[in-house]
Amino acid sequence: MANDLTHIYKLMSRLCLDDTQKPSGMNNDVLPKQPTYYEEVERKGYSRRDFIKFASMMTAFIGLEQSAIGQVIKALETQPRMPVIWMHFQECTCCSESFIRSSHPIVADILLDKISLDYSETLMAASGTQAEAALKNTLEKYKGKYILCVEGSVPLGADGVYCMIGGKTSLQILHEVSEGAAAIIAWGSCASNGCVQSAKPNPTQATPIHKIIKNKPIIKVPGCPPIGEVMAGVIVHYLTFGRIPELDNIGRPKAFYSKRVHDTCYRRPFFDAGLYVESFDDENAKKGYCLYKVGCKGPSTYNACGVTKWNGGTSFPIQSGHPCIGCSEENYWDNGRMYERGSAFAGFGIEADADTVGKVALVATGAAIAGHAIATNIGKSKLIQKNEEEGRESEHELKS
Amino acid sequence: MAKKYLHIHRLRRVYVWELPVRIYHWLNAAVIIALIATGFFISDPLALMSNKEASNQFTMGWFRYIHFIAAYLFFFNFIFRLYWGFVGNKYANWRQFIPISGRFFKEMWTVFKIDILMLKKNGKQQDHLSVGHNAMAGFIYFLTFIMFLVQCLTGFGLYAGTSNWWLPKLFAWVPAVFGGDILTRQIHHWSMWFFILFAVIHVYLVFYHDYVEGRGEISSMGGGWKFIEEDVFEKNKHHTPNPEK
Repeated sequence: MANDLTHIYKLMSRLCLDDTQKPSGMNNDVLPKQPTYYEEVERKGYSRRDFIKFASMMTAFIGLEQSAIGQVIKALETQPRMPVIWMHFQECTCCSESFIRSSHPIVADILLDKISLDYSETLMAASGTQAEAALKNTLEKYKGKYILCVEGSVPLGADGVYCMIGGKTSLQILHEVSEGAAAIIAWGSCASNGCVQSAKPNPTQATPIHKIIKNKPIIKVPGCPPIGEVMAGVIVHYLTFGRIPELDNIGRPKAFYSKRVHDTCYRRPFFDAGLYVESFDDENAKKGYCLYKVGCKGPSTYNACGVTKWNGGTSFPIQSGHPCIGCSEENYWDNGRMYERGSAFAGFGIEADADTVGKVALVATGAAIAGHAIATNIGKSKLIQKNEEEGRESEHELKS
Repeated sequence: MAKKYLHIHRLRRVYVWELPVRIYHWLNAAVIIALIATGFFISDPLALMSNKEASNQFTMGWFRYIHFIAAYLFFFNFIFRLYWGFVGNKYANWRQFIPISGRFFKEMWTVFKIDILMLKKNGKQQDHLSVGHNAMAGFIYFLTFIMFLVQCLTGFGLYAGTSNWWLPKLFAWVPAVFGGDILTRQIHHWSMWFFILFAVIHVYLVFYHDYVEGRGEISSMGGGWKFIEEDVFEKNKHHTPNPEK
């Protein structure tokens, strides 16, 4: 890792230095020829074998068939490096942390080195005017060609003063930067759904990217953070095919978000068998039973945690004995409590869940019915009496 | 003796609920009970202790299986009832349910006064309003149909993700509208309480009408017959709360 970071540092500082040293008139010149990904891999000293291994792994990650490996290799061999601008707005940088911890060393190396991360507040070496110059350069030189990665939501409240960088609001920056972007990747729940800062009452009016930018293809990669391998996979897919991966109806890549955590969970047999952890640290928890009754949101959460797992395939929350909190779902912080199956009733106070409200309504209905039954016997007494007499009369008149 | 002035009614038999309507009604009742019971279990399963291996048990699996089968029956039964609202007799017609005329609203108001506030109309404690269900009941059933729709949309919406059949997949857009499965699931759960409250009130009112009117309200959903007074029959020829044309 240390080695990688030194490398990134060198790469970045060189890039920024190159850019800032150029006279201003250079911007209209022909694009400097970018090396292809394979050329870069070779230059970094990886063997052909390493390269093929990497390509095969990425093919599997992005959910392609084995036969597509050749296509991925060809793309990486012939495609010039693609400039990437990585913006940070209202967020905690956990997405970046997750990304640089992609399990495979080559993944981090290839993506950080080979995608030219021209501007990333966290990862770039340059700062201040140098950094801003690098950004401006990329925007102009690669207009319509770069990928914009956005980490974090954009606050619209109070004219956006809650998040300002270099004297500009994040909204201004987003509009400027998205103008020439080929596609936008919304990293994490902040950029995809607004995440925790947009929880009620959302004081800063934190807004996800797709509600602000309407005219660009947007790939949502929700999760708090998203899985590093998933993030790498999304980028490689774009690099390989030059178009965004297939998205579901909410705009997430189908390859990673088409299955619920529940459907890929190794504890699923306990769910189907009806064996549940009743409380943390009970006997059932020791046996590794299903965490459904302690509030697991796996059945409502679409993500690849159960398959790809975290930290190099080591584990994921449920494997560590904690229920899924549904961090990649929209509004997960407002939709019920973390350790209960969500049935909280919005607007009825934090204590009332749907079943409590329902039971109260049922008792009230019962009381109303009892009241109505009594009122009927009083208010319609004459009618009931008449009906009864009429019936009795007919009964008398009949032979036994 | 009061008996001297007793008016003995002559009753006329009317075929109100056709066989398909009765089958629909009881299938619906059975399926809704199954859906509520299994639904409660699915949302909060009992703490069943067992020393059997998980591979030898399928408790939650069975509950979900029954829930899904019942859901399909409910769905197709619902579709069938909508169809019957166009081809069935006048008491099953869709016009009985949707308040589109002034007379419909007027009758609802009358039902409210007589049956809920216990007020008298023209000095009488009861008024013969309708042969099928009255306008108020019709309107409540209309709301019920909307809740049927809500449950079908949210239920099949949640089911779509795990199904390979095109029919449930048609509902895949529903969770997206609510921003995911979490809220969709909660709406599905909340709406269930409507059915419980509806069932309680519905059963009570059937007993109420049978008791007060004596026209065979309870048995009508068995044989399909209701009995109306001869004079009312004469007066109400071609007269329903929301007549066709």
